[in-house]
Amino acid sequence: MAKKSALVQGNQACAQGAIYAGCKFFGGYPITPSTEVAEEMSAMLPKVGGKFIQMEDEIGAIASVIGASLAGAKALTATSGPGFSLKQELIGYACIAEVPCVIINVMRGGPSTGMPTGPGQSDVMQARWGTHGDHAAIALVPQSIQEIFTETVRAFNLAEKYRMPVQVLFDEIVGHMRERIEYPEPGELEVIDREAPTAAPGEYKPYDASKGLVPPLAAFGAGHKFHVTGLNKAEDGFPTTKAELVAAEEVRQIQKVECEEARADIESNEEYMLEDADVVLWAYGSSARSARYAVNELRKEGIKAGLFRPITLWPFPVKRTAELAEQAKAIIVPEMNLGQMIYEVERVAQNKCIIDGVHRVDGDPLNPGQIMDKVKEVI
Amino acid sequence: MAYDYEKSIRPGKLPHIWCPGCGHGIVMKGLIRAMDACELDREKTTIVSGIGCASRLPGYLDACTLHTAHGRAAAFATGVKLTNPEMNVICCGGDGDGTAIGGNHFIHACRRNINITYVIMNNYIYGMTGGQFSPCTPTGMKASTTPYGNPDPTFDISKLAIGAGATFVARTTAAHPREIDKLITQGIKHKGMSVIEVLDDCPTSYGRRNKFRSVIDMMKRLKKDAVPAKAAAKMTPEQLEGKFLTGVLYHETDKPEYTEQYDALIKRVQEGA
Repeated sequence: MAKKSALVQGNQACAQGAIYAGCKFFGGYPITPSTEVAEEMSAMLPKVGGKFIQMEDEIGAIASVIGASLAGAKALTATSGPGFSLKQELIGYACIAEVPCVIINVMRGGPSTGMPTGPGQSDVMQARWGTHGDHAAIALVPQSIQEIFTETVRAFNLAEKYRMPVQVLFDEIVGHMRERIEYPEPGELEVIDREAPTAAPGEYKPYDASKGLVPPLAAFGAGHKFHVTGLNKAEDGFPTTKAELVAAEEVRQIQKVECEEARADIESNEEYMLEDADVVLWAYGSSARSARYAVNELRKEGIKAGLFRPITLWPFPVKRTAELAEQAKAIIVPEMNLGQMIYEVERVAQNKCIIDGVHRVDGDPLNPGQIMDKVKEVI
Repeated sequence: MAYDYEKSIRPGKLPHIWCPGCGHGIVMKGLIRAMDACELDREKTTIVSGIGCASRLPGYLDACTLHTAHGRAAAFATGVKLTNPEMNVICCGGDGDGTAIGGNHFIHACRRNINITYVIMNNYIYGMTGGQFSPCTPTGMKASTTPYGNPDPTFDISKLAIGAGATFVARTTAAHPREIDKLITQGIKHKGMSVIEVLDDCPTSYGRRNKFRSVIDMMKRLKKDAVPAKAAAKMTPEQLEGKFLTGVLYHETDKPEYTEQYDALIKRVQEGA
C-alpha cells in the first residue's frame, strides 16, 4: 500500500513530527515565522489527549514546557529569533536540571526585530552559546519538509535519551515552504521514551550517574519525592558549592553529549559527490539546497565540487570536517548570516585548505549562482 | 504535645538559610500544618518556587519540589498542573520574585484560574541580594537602592491577584501564625487559583535600614496595622488610614477552573472527531 502523503508546510510537518514522537504538551507564544507550529499543535494535541497552552510570554512558554516535562510529558515549544533570545535563560535551566524538551526555532534575521518575514540562519551560534555558562548543545538543521518531520522525531528521541533540551533550527524558507511529505507508518521511525528509574521510592537520586552518563529521570507524581534546582547540585539534586562536585557535574553534563559514543549516535550528515571533490560546499538547512544545485552546475563545468551537509549542527562534526580539510583545496561555507559556522570550520580545518564564505542577509535566499561565483573566485 | 513538623522536613536539610527574626520559617510551619490539614499526599504534591530567600522554602520540604529561575514559579507550575491535574501544586516565593520579574506569570496564572495555591511572602524587599527595593517597598522607605527614600508607588499584591482573576485571595502576617495555616488550608481546598499573601518582615535588609529597633518592633507593627476584613467593614476611612486588611479578601466559586476547562475541551474535541 502506498504511504499516506500530503502537500504540507514545514511548520505543519514539524508539529506532525512532534505528535508522531509522542509529544503531549506544547507551551508557546505567537511569533513570526514559527506561529504555524503552535497553530497546528493547538488543533492536534487535544485529539491525542495532549495539552496546548499559549502562555503570556516566551519565557513562560519554555517554563511551562520544562514543568510539563518534569510531570512526565514529552514537551515542545516553538519560536523565532527574538523569542529564542528570550528563552535562553531557561534553556540553560533545562541543561543544568537535565530536563528533556524540544525547542523549535524557525530562524529569521536580526538582531532584534530585524526582518520577521524573511529567512535567516543567524541563530546557529546562539543555539550553541546563547545561554550563560558552560554546557553542551544539540541542534538539528533540517533542509526539507520531509526532513523537518523526521528530525523533529529525532529531536524528541535525543532529548529523552540524553535528558536535555534539543533544538531544531530551520529557517523561514523551509518553515513556510510547501512540499510533498510521505508520512512514516506508526512504528516505522524509532520513538524513544526516557528511562524511568528503578530505584525504590526514597532511594532515588535524580543525578546519580553511577550507571551511565545520563541518569534516569522520574516524573513528579510517579512515586519519587525529589528536588530540582537550577543551582549547581550534587547527585541527590540538592544544591552544593563543593568544588569537586560542582566541576564533576558540569563536566559530566558536557561529556554525556560530547563523548565519542554519544557523538557517533547524535551526529548526522549527508555527503554528496565528495569522493573526488576539490571544493567542498559546507552548507546546512535551506542554504544546502542552493549548494547542492551549485554542485551539479559546477560539475557540468568540470569543477569537482561536493557537498557536506551537517544535519546535526551541534555537536559540531569535527572529525569529518577535519578530514575534508585535508582532502580538499577549499571549503566554502554558504550561510544566511554574515559568517557564523565558518569560524568553527576554520577552527577545525587548521589552515589545511582555503576557507571562504558566501553570505546573504537581505531577506532573500542564497542562490546557486552566488555560490558558484565564489567557488570560481577561490579556485 | 508539640506539633510534629519533622515528618514533613527532609532529613539533614536544616538549619535553613533564613536570618534570625525572619518570618519565612513561620510561613513554612504554617504551610506544613495546612498540608497536613488537607492530608496532602506528598508524592502527589509539587511545591514550586522562583529565586530568593522565600524561594528556598521547597528544598526543606519532603515532597516533589521545584526550585526554578527568578520569577518563573507560576509558569513552571502551570506546566506541571496542566500536564497532571491530579497533582497538588503549591507555589511559594517572595514579593520581588512574584510581582516584579515574575509579575506577568503571576497575573496570568490568576487570570486562568488554574488550581494552584500561591503563598507569597511579602517582606517588601529583595533580601537575598542584600536589600534592594521591590514593587512592595512602601514609598519613602529605605532600601540599598533607595538611599534617599523610595520614590516608587507600591503594589498591593492581594488587590493585584483579585484584579487579575484569582478566585481565592487572602492576606495575613507572620505575626498571626494560626491564621497562616487556616488561610492556606482554605486556599488548597479551593478549586481555582488561590493567593495567600503573608506579610513577613525582613529584619536584616529592611528593618535595620528603616529604624525598626528589633524584630519585636516589626512584629508589633504588623499586629497593630492588621485589620481583619470583617472589622474593617465597620470602620471609617480615617480609622483605616495606614492599615491593611487581613483574612479572606475575595472568594468566588463560579469561575471555571482552567485544567477542568481544558479536559472538557479535550472531551469535546475527541467526541466531535
